[in-house]
Amino acid sequence: MGAQIRVYRQKIASTSSMKKIFKAMELIATSRIGKARDRVAASMPYANAITRAVSAVSSQQDIDHVLTAESDNPRRSAVLIMASDRGMAGAYSANVLRHAEELLEKLRSEGKEVDTYLVGRKAQGYFDFRHREYKKVWTGNTDAPQFETAKEIGEALVSAFLQNTDEGGVDEIHVVYTEFHSLVKQSPTVVRLLPLEVVEEEITEDTELLPLYEYEPAPEDVLDALLPKYIESRIFSAMLQAAASELANRQRAMKSAGDNASDLIKEYTLLMNNARQAEITQELTELIAGADALNAS
Amino acid sequence: MAELEVEIVAEDRFVWSGPAQSVSARTIDGEIGILPGHTPLLAVLGDGDVVVTTADGQTVTARAEGGFFSVNHDRVEIVAGSATLDGEARGDSAA
Repeated sequence: MGAQIRVYRQKIASTSSMKKIFKAMELIATSRIGKARDRVAASMPYANAITRAVSAVSSQQDIDHVLTAESDNPRRSAVLIMASDRGMAGAYSANVLRHAEELLEKLRSEGKEVDTYLVGRKAQGYFDFRHREYKKVWTGNTDAPQFETAKEIGEALVSAFLQNTDEGGVDEIHVVYTEFHSLVKQSPTVVRLLPLEVVEEEITEDTELLPLYEYEPAPEDVLDALLPKYIESRIFSAMLQAAASELANRQRAMKSAGDNASDLIKEYTLLMNNARQAEITQELTELIAGADALNAS
Repeated sequence: MAELEVEIVAEDRFVWSGPAQSVSARTIDGEIGILPGHTPLLAVLGDGDVVVTTADGQTVTARAEGGFFSVNHDRVEIVAGSATLDGEARGDSAA
């Protein structure tokens, strides 16, 4: 009987130490998410400015630029997948990977070869475990992305895009990341980064007509300079949103894990008390039975 | 007198905004000065300082690297890879 109580006591002890970890992870995520959201907001002016400029240039000028030209017969695609470095975030990485998997399936069914680029150790682990190939991987800091990383990714993708398809280049680039809508809503999203779809969503009723800019230097050169930056900015903003989503997911997952741990502790405490009561009752019965037996003799 | 509305943004943050008398910057082709009433322009920045003379006569200098700026209806948007401010106006910059 005593053994049973000891088992329950051990379970309670281990569950409460886990609960402490969950609680700590939740607090960390909560404290970081504010910063992550601020960073998403802080990157908006730049993203908006560059989007405005790119759409102004590409809508006005009939420029044949490599980055806007759509290939007639796309044969190779690149897919950039943004997952997290760590677990403890519920289904966050799994959701992204599932969406990526669907996209890969779709691209393959269209007869395209796919190069994958990964962000985050979870994505890397997923691919390594299945012995799948990937072109390149960036890990570390998925919950606090650096602009330098976005720049590196941008350069890698743009140079793959500019390369001839026959020499291992790609015709289109997709990104799979988790869009951050609010603390309670994040959704995995697939966007095509290149070639540019020159329709920007930011059209409101009072949108002014885009001005007829003069360019310095020539429009082609301006576009040359702008587009890689535009790509970097898109990737960076995707990374920031993914980071905010990761933290929001982690916070939620750790909250429910902590709640579950509390429930378990309650349950085990009840069972332990039951066992103790049973033990005491049994001891008493044994004593009384013993005394009765002595009296009777 | 008409004024320029100037906004400086960097990749990861908002740097400065405010009314100004003039802006001078270095594009990859050479120096350029912007006064109110300038024709719409989109130019690529070279390495160098962007000097903004604010409405009250102070100057704001931003080291803007690798970016561009656009002028449209007296709105100047300076978009830089990285921008750091120096000069007296540092205290006014939005945190």
